[in-house]
Parts: sequence; C-alpha cells; structure tokens
Amino acid sequence: MVAAAAQRRETAGRRRIQTGLAVAGALVVFSTLWEVYKLLGGIIDDRWPDILPVRPDNLTMPHVWEIAGSFIEPVQRGRSEILAMSLLKAAGFTLIEAGLGFLIGTVVGLGLAVLMLRSFWLDRALVPWINISQTVPLIALAPIVVTWGRTTFLGDTVSVALIAAYLTFFPVAVNGLAGLKSPAPEALELMRSYAAGWSKTLFALRLPAARPYLFPAFKLAATLSVVGAIVGEISAGIRGGLGRVILDYAGRYTTGPEKLYAAVIAAALLGLFVFGMANLAEARILRGENQES
Amino acid sequence: MTMLTPVPAISIQGVGKTFNPDSDERVVALEGIDLDVAATEFVSLIGPSGCGKSTLLRLIADLITPTTGTVEVFGRSAHEARLDRDYGMAFQSAGLFSWRKVARNIELPLELMGWSKADREARSAEMLELVQLPEFGNHYPWQLSGGMQQRVAIARALSFKPRLLLMDEPFGALDEMTREHMQNELLDLVAEVGTTVVFVTHSISEATFLSDRVVVLSPRPGRIHAIIDVPLGDRRTEDTREDETFFKSTTEVREALRQVGASA
Repeated sequence: MVAAAAQRRETAGRRRIQTGLAVAGALVVFSTLWEVYKLLGGIIDDRWPDILPVRPDNLTMPHVWEIAGSFIEPVQRGRSEILAMSLLKAAGFTLIEAGLGFLIGTVVGLGLAVLMLRSFWLDRALVPWINISQTVPLIALAPIVVTWGRTTFLGDTVSVALIAAYLTFFPVAVNGLAGLKSPAPEALELMRSYAAGWSKTLFALRLPAARPYLFPAFKLAATLSVVGAIVGEISAGIRGGLGRVILDYAGRYTTGPEKLYAAVIAAALLGLFVFGMANLAEARILRGENQES
Repeated sequence: MTMLTPVPAISIQGVGKTFNPDSDERVVALEGIDLDVAATEFVSLIGPSGCGKSTLLRLIADLITPTTGTVEVFGRSAHEARLDRDYGMAFQSAGLFSWRKVARNIELPLELMGWSKADREARSAEMLELVQLPEFGNHYPWQLSGGMQQRVAIARALSFKPRLLLMDEPFGALDEMTREHMQNELLDLVAEVGTTVVFVTHSISEATFLSDRVVVLSPRPGRIHAIIDVPLGDRRTEDTREDETFFKSTTEVREALRQVGASA
C-alpha cells in the first residue's frame, strides 16, 4: 500500500512535468505561428492589400518579443516602476474583488441549492429565474449595481464583487443541487435508519457527497469571478484594477499596442492563478478519497 | 430454535403494502403477512424477484409504512423502534461513505447519536477487531476488497450493539467463496453480539445455512407461502454444508420455491 502510494506520487509528479512541458510547447508553437503570420502576411499584404483578416503590421500585431519586453519596461516615460509591477498591483486589486465575489457567489449558490433541495416549490420557482439571470448581459447590470454601491455604505469594491458574484453563484447552485441529490437511495435509507433528521443528513451525507460536483463548479466560478470583476471595473470605471488598466491601454493603443497585449496576458494569468488555487484546494481536500486522485 | 418469549423481537400482523394506491401504477407488493420473530432468532426471507421480501424488510425498518396491519419491534411500533435506534441495517452495496476512512465509517451512527470521540474510537477499534480488519481503520473504502467493505458495513450496523440486525442481500455481490466465508463470520459475530437477524437473500443454500427459519414468499402479491424450520442447531461450521440435515432443509426450501413458480 505504501509502495503503491509512492508509485502514485511519482506518476503524479511525472504528469505535472509533462503538463508543464506541453504548456510551454504550446506557447512556443503559438508565438512561432504569430511571427510566421506576420512574416508571410507582410509579403502577401504588399502584393494583395486588404485580403488578410488581420493586418500583420506592428501596430495591429506587435512582435512577440516586444510584448514580452514591455513587461520589464517602465510604465511611462520618466517613471521607474516597470509594467510588470504595475500589472501585478492591478491584478492584486482585482483579485480582492474577484475573491470577495467568489465567496459571495459560493455562499449564495450553495444556499440556493440547499433551499431548492429542501422545498419542491422553491425548486420549481427558482430554477427558471436562476437560468434567466444568466441571460441578462453583465455589462448592462454593472452600472446599476455600482450606483447602488455609491449611494449606500457598500462602496465600489463590494459593488464589483457583487457583479462577480452574479456570475459565480450560477455554476455553484446548479452543480451543488446535483451533488446534494447524488447520494444513492440506500445511503439515504441508512441515514433514516439511524433516525438522522434532515439537517444531520445534509451535513453527514449530502454535503460531503456533493463535493466532487462542487469542485468543478468552484474552478469555473473562480475564473468567472475574475471575468466578472474585470467587466465590473470596466463598466463602472473603477480605478486600480486590471479592468481600468485594460481600458486605459486600449485608449492609448496607437502609442503602445504591446501594453494592451501585456494587460490582457496579465488578466489571463490571473484567471489561471485562481483556477490553479481551486485545483490545488480540490486535490488537497479530496486527497486519498478516490482511486483516481 | 423457535423459542416462545413473552415479547417477540418482531411481530407482524395482517400487514399489506400497496404502492401508488390511487394511480394506474398501483402495485400490491405485500398482502396478509403475519410473522413473529423471536429474540436472537435468525430468520431469512426468500422468494422470486417481485415477491416483496425487501419491502417487508423496509416495513420492519420503518423506512416505509404499511398500508394495512401493524409492525411491532420489541413490543413498540416500528416507528418508535427506528427513532430509538433499535436496529442496524446492511445492504447489498456496502454503501460506505467514500470520504470517510474505514474507522470513521463504523463510527458514523455513533457520531449521529452524540457519542464522545474517545468512546467512538474505542468502539470502532473493537468492531474492527471483531470483523477481523484491525489494521484497516485508517484506510479509505476503495482500498478494500468487496468482501472487506461488506465486513465494514456489518461492523457499522452493529457498532451501537442494536438488538436487531436487518440485512438486504448483503452478500449478493460477492463471489461464492468469499460469500461462504462471510456467512461463517456472520454467524460467529451474531452469536457473540446476541442479536436477532432478519436476512433477505435469493440464495437457497445461504438461507438454509444461516437461518433458524426460512420464510418463503410468493410473488404478486407477496404472501408467505411457507415457513421452513432448519434444525441445524446453534453451532454451524464448514462441515454443516455437507450435513444430511442441511441437504434436507435445502431441498425443502427449493421445493417450496418451485411451488411459487421460482426458477431455482
């Protein structure tokens, strides 16, 4: 059993290295394709202008090395702070909003799942509204929520977190309900045979059984919380986060296109980071319970 | 071994169960069931599929309620008996909680009953000893074989030392050899703890080997067709399976099953 565990750890380690290599490989391939497009596109564009979907010039498509290099260049002429540092600060700001949004969304989502489990009528009444909620464009809602925040004690950070929560509660509620309903009839009969009531059954059986359903939802919710926070920042015009940075660099695109690319990459990395955290939490919490992990 | 005690462990009188009584899918699962089970008696329920043997077990467990008649467990209603945790239960699938280690699975009912951590741990260690898995308390269920998981499920059912054990085809998913081994172990365990057992099975030899009495049910609607005494006494071993009386009783059960149309 110990040897098997060691074996499993070893294969897990090897798998991690393979994943790392694959990701790096994909990055190299993508960068190469980008540059090859620019090179060949330049020739094609000279001979037959306007037939390419994206123009290969340095304003539309900066060189890969220019984008990479922009990270270590000063944010602005005359300032000592490099772009990477500035993006890191902005990402930290956005991360707080996203994290708060994730927490609110998780609590609300789980709460809704438990309510829908508890009551047949609430289930009937809530499901259509929960589905409709996701068809409302976030951009349209964001200014309303921000206005609420500014006229009450909530403030901008909480407003943006609420916007993020609007996206994150959905997968948690949907998967959570499926997970809460997942125990086999025999497991429920077993709890009943112990004269365990509804809440004891919820905590001892349904919630733990829901965890394998919840973690994929958490991973999705984590990345959605970043998307929600950035969209919230942009539509509310809040300073300090990645949303505002993206907006600023989009406005000054012609003087430094590579900076916008760098900001978008930073946003993607932030999404990747929160996804990784959720993944890590899953591995930690479910460790050993299943044969697969 | 049908002792006549003042209060039987289980007393079933005129019990019937109809599912969906008011709809087109109305099913009469059981009808006119009368059965007493004495304390420390081992009774098997056998019959073709659809005869309502699992339904009868669930009526005793108060997991469902009868349409007609009464079920009493140790002199009280089945409902009160359930609330007092008078019985332990085991199913065909071991049904261990995958997120709990083996010892913590055994401790589940104790936890729900509010036992202290020290008491729970002492009892689960004792139960693991009893089902001969003392070194597996710290394993997760998936690390155990099917037979071992079923032993844990039985340990869980008996952890709070209930006076009654209800088992629904607990060895149904095991291979023949493991199954016979588990039957011997179960008899030892039951003798040691001194519980009454109601055991649902569709194996004739299993029913005969384990039971003081075998109740043969007929299907649609489920009724008691015959009750067969198995005079094998209290001490049953591997040799019992080659005993003349064992063959005779097995034949008796098989004959009864043929009469109710089971293709056994």
